[in-house]
Amino acid sequence: MSGHTSSYEPTSRWGKWFDERLPIARLVHGSFVAFPTPRNLNYLWTFGGILMFCLVAQIITGIVLAMHYQPSDTAAFNSIEHIRRDVNYGWMIRNMHAVGASMFFIAVYIHIFRGLYYGSYKAPREVLWILGVIILLVMMATAFLGYTLPWGQMSFWGVTVITNLFSALDTIYQGLGTGIVEWLWGGYSVSGVTLNRFFSLHYLLPFVLTGIVILHVWALHVVGQNNPTGLELKEPSEAVPMHPYATSKDIVGLFAFLLLFAWFVFFMPDYLGHADNYNEANPLVTPPHIVPEWYFLPFYAILRAFTGSFLGIPLGSYAKLLGVIAMFAAIAILAFAPWLDTSRVRSAKYRPLFKWAFWAFAFTCVALGYLGAKPAEGVYVLWAQIFTVLYFAYFLVAMPVLGLIETPKKLPRSINEAVLGPDAAAAAAKH
Amino acid sequence: MTSHVDDANRRDFLVVAGNAFAAVGAASLIWPFVQQMNPDASAKALASTEVDLAPVKEGQAITIMWRGKPVFIRNRTKDEIAAAEKVPLADLPDAEARNGALPAATPATDSNRVKSGHENWLVAVGICTHLGCIPKGQGMGDARGDFGGWFCPCHGSHYDTSGRIRRGPAPRNLDVPPYEFVSDTKIKIG
Repeated sequence: MSGHTSSYEPTSRWGKWFDERLPIARLVHGSFVAFPTPRNLNYLWTFGGILMFCLVAQIITGIVLAMHYQPSDTAAFNSIEHIRRDVNYGWMIRNMHAVGASMFFIAVYIHIFRGLYYGSYKAPREVLWILGVIILLVMMATAFLGYTLPWGQMSFWGVTVITNLFSALDTIYQGLGTGIVEWLWGGYSVSGVTLNRFFSLHYLLPFVLTGIVILHVWALHVVGQNNPTGLELKEPSEAVPMHPYATSKDIVGLFAFLLLFAWFVFFMPDYLGHADNYNEANPLVTPPHIVPEWYFLPFYAILRAFTGSFLGIPLGSYAKLLGVIAMFAAIAILAFAPWLDTSRVRSAKYRPLFKWAFWAFAFTCVALGYLGAKPAEGVYVLWAQIFTVLYFAYFLVAMPVLGLIETPKKLPRSINEAVLGPDAAAAAAKH
Repeated sequence: MTSHVDDANRRDFLVVAGNAFAAVGAASLIWPFVQQMNPDASAKALASTEVDLAPVKEGQAITIMWRGKPVFIRNRTKDEIAAAEKVPLADLPDAEARNGALPAATPATDSNRVKSGHENWLVAVGICTHLGCIPKGQGMGDARGDFGGWFCPCHGSHYDTSGRIRRGPAPRNLDVPPYEFVSDTKIKIG
């Protein structure tokens, strides 16, 4: 799985026999034991391992829940309550799965911001980065489909609002959008038919996700890990074997993360959800305020920023279509970051101006999240429009322009120099 | 088998033809798997519904289900009809009637959204044309928005007494489904 050759040597006769026929132990040893890891990785680099844990945890808890859940419009809501009240440890496994979705997104957003800060998207890691963007998209689709399954009011109306986004295509070709929406629903409105197929797809996508994650890890092991200095590994002494060094650091990070995870699971399992979802879905009553889960809020704010006019520019009947395009573009633009950023310096640590742009972008995302939870009226709309412009400005203005006008700080000559200082680095290089 | 060149040409032709057939066959097999997701026969079978209007008094409204969607039926007062009729077309964000029984380009006058002789009855699909919420305004105490018709609480769209969008993010007037009066007090939708 890597360009790095494995130093694996089977010791037993049976080990040798098997290695000549299927070198899987060699593959694992080369990829996850002896694999050279930069010696200066900080705790932000533990989120890759944490995300692996999240994916496996969601799949295991999900498979168990599917043994007790009934994907029909008459039984779904009650079967969730059945799981919470009657099934042995059902309350715990359901909480792990529901909270686990939020934890997965906390970890993936930290992982993405880490990549943006340390320039992990730049050459030669473009394909690795793009695979990550695809993983984010598939994760979002999986989470959205899964949120339908409890069949509460917020499930039902969330699906109604989000699937209706496609009807915006009617502006381009009359009937195209409506046709797609009815195809997704399998009827003329969201119904049990829709729930059933969403369950099927919700079960499928995590395995698709696993496949893309394998490609992501493969790509990582071809180009090697980035690190806080953004410099490439130059000498063997700048790396340590992944096991036990990186793995033990990963485990410390994972345990800290699990403390937070367990806190939510056992003490406030519903804190990140909506009370309205404990009312069964009713096609005749719209909740007064439809809000997606927290991890979709920034994108929801961008969607709703496009009303009759955008910062004074009248949009007319294109408002809805533009909102939908902007929302998807907000995710898709991440994939272009490797080419939008013109600076050759990777890490923001050595980029005094870019560092400010990065933190302004982080604030923009939080602000959009806040606005996404507010009703789309009055001053909230104006702020959502301003922050939408700032969101795209980070990619389309800050990334290309700063790389051209900024004078980066002096880079250390090597990772060893950054970690040990110039003299010790020279000494370490000799060994 | 006259020559090697001839042989190669025949074989090329067979390979291309064979692959082309295989590709068309594989592509046509996709269709059933796409089509199975469209509304099925049982959903289409519920395509029309009859509604008795006799119990609905002037000023009252009822909501019935048609194809899984709510349909608003309002017995409009004289004032509401007058208000809807006197709106100039220039004031409407969506100038099309959106009446399933009329051609697409019909102007959105009130008379084009009701049946002549039954001007008091407004029948419209009760789904906001923005993102599919159910607008308020059917219940007696509901907020009816600034134009006396319906108000969508999700993203703030206001509809008038003819079900036409007047303000807010919704792009289109409420759809008028195809329907006919089978008697003076009974309609058939669909």
